[in-house]
Amino acid sequence: MPLLNLTLKVWRQENATSEGRIETYEAKEIPTSASFLEMIDIVNERLIKDGEEPIHFDHDCREGICGMCSMTINGVPHSKERGITTCQLHMRKFSDGETIWIEPFRANAFPVVKDLVTDRSSFDRIIGAGGYISVRTGSAPDAHAIQIPKADADAAFDAAACIGCGACVAACKNASAMLFVSAKASHLNHLPQGQAEKDQRVLGMVRQMDEEGFGNCTNQFECEAVCPKEISAEHIAKLNRDYLAASARDSVS
Amino acid sequence: MSASTCSLCAFLKSSIGRKIIVALTGLALVLFLAGHLSGNLLIFAGQEAFDEYAEFLHTFLHGMGVWIARIGLLACFVIHIWFTILLTRENKAARPKYAHEATVQAPKSSRLMIWSGLTILAFVIFHILHFTVRTDCELATLGAESPWKMVILGFQNPLVVIFYLIAMTCLCSHLGHGVASIFQTLGLRSKKTAGPIKFISNAYALVIYLGFISIPLAILLFGFGQGK
Repeated sequence: MPLLNLTLKVWRQENATSEGRIETYEAKEIPTSASFLEMIDIVNERLIKDGEEPIHFDHDCREGICGMCSMTINGVPHSKERGITTCQLHMRKFSDGETIWIEPFRANAFPVVKDLVTDRSSFDRIIGAGGYISVRTGSAPDAHAIQIPKADADAAFDAAACIGCGACVAACKNASAMLFVSAKASHLNHLPQGQAEKDQRVLGMVRQMDEEGFGNCTNQFECEAVCPKEISAEHIAKLNRDYLAASARDSVS
Repeated sequence: MSASTCSLCAFLKSSIGRKIIVALTGLALVLFLAGHLSGNLLIFAGQEAFDEYAEFLHTFLHGMGVWIARIGLLACFVIHIWFTILLTRENKAARPKYAHEATVQAPKSSRLMIWSGLTILAFVIFHILHFTVRTDCELATLGAESPWKMVILGFQNPLVVIFYLIAMTCLCSHLGHGVASIFQTLGLRSKKTAGPIKFISNAYALVIYLGFISIPLAILLFGFGQGK
């Protein structure tokens, strides 16, 4: 199996308050079949053996569904490969001798905890501000109790594919969270179950988004390009129009 | 404070609300450009047509028309710039820099909006001093007699023409991203409309660009209007 020798430029930061810096590491004899995270595991094993602090990074499922891995590879969240998370990136996409820049997702609303680990709980607070529906719990309703047109179900599902990783924020020149917020709002706003709380949801989630210190969307669609679930910026247009309508209704009610 | 004023306050404080204000004032300015260009192109119809058009603008609604337009445009201009500066400052503050910056698909025009916009601001100030206030004595005398002759003389200065060309290039770049952004911000972009919106935006920017630069270029390079 071919092996790669790479140079890594990695962001190291002790804790949230300390100054960070770029450190250089050699990643030697990396199998091309390894995933990107496995490559860091190999480097970390050597660091631990040498008595050094390993590179801290977030990860969980390692199959592209949890949204936990969060690093920027050569300036692009989850790397320049389309539609994947970092854990789904294979080392065969790199060539021998290459230098790779690895940094945490950068946004003031995502403070660095340590090295490549960021605190993305601002997303949880946005969900808490309206990304839910209120339903009667207990026995499950019949699947056909509420009829949903196929087109609406598909649109809702496309939006619901968001795993909340934060790549959209990290890629945005303004660290705007509009793709995330619009996906979460659009998912529920497309469905009959989401109608009762629609206006409240849109106003609440946008207010929370602004309070968390995310920037403003400038329609450059960098978010759409890096989204591992390829969520379309059309949802942002829908959020804009839902917000306009919700504000208008709110002002007269 | 009534509930409705509070809703408006929240709207004007929100990220989306302020963007909608920028989009609407931008739309007014975009539409103004079409009117301004079609009027200006009358220069090619000859001195009489152009001077008559200028006369019409100044006497429309007993001379009130031009002032209503000026005040409306000034308001849109100031609001548009004020809100974009606020938003841009927030955007810069929201994002720490990467040691290795990369761009996937954002076009240059979209990343230079604030700079193309500020160049247009400088240009508009110059343009108004040049052809409306007429700080140049010779142009002022000529303007009172025939606006057509004033424009012909005004564009015989190569430095003026170069500045116009630079400003119109910035305007073209600004419109290329700006017109499409109006649709997105007002929530009108979807899978169905994305293609046409991109086309309209680029085509509009190009028509405005070619239309406006045709006048100084015809005068400076091809001597239009100087034979008479």
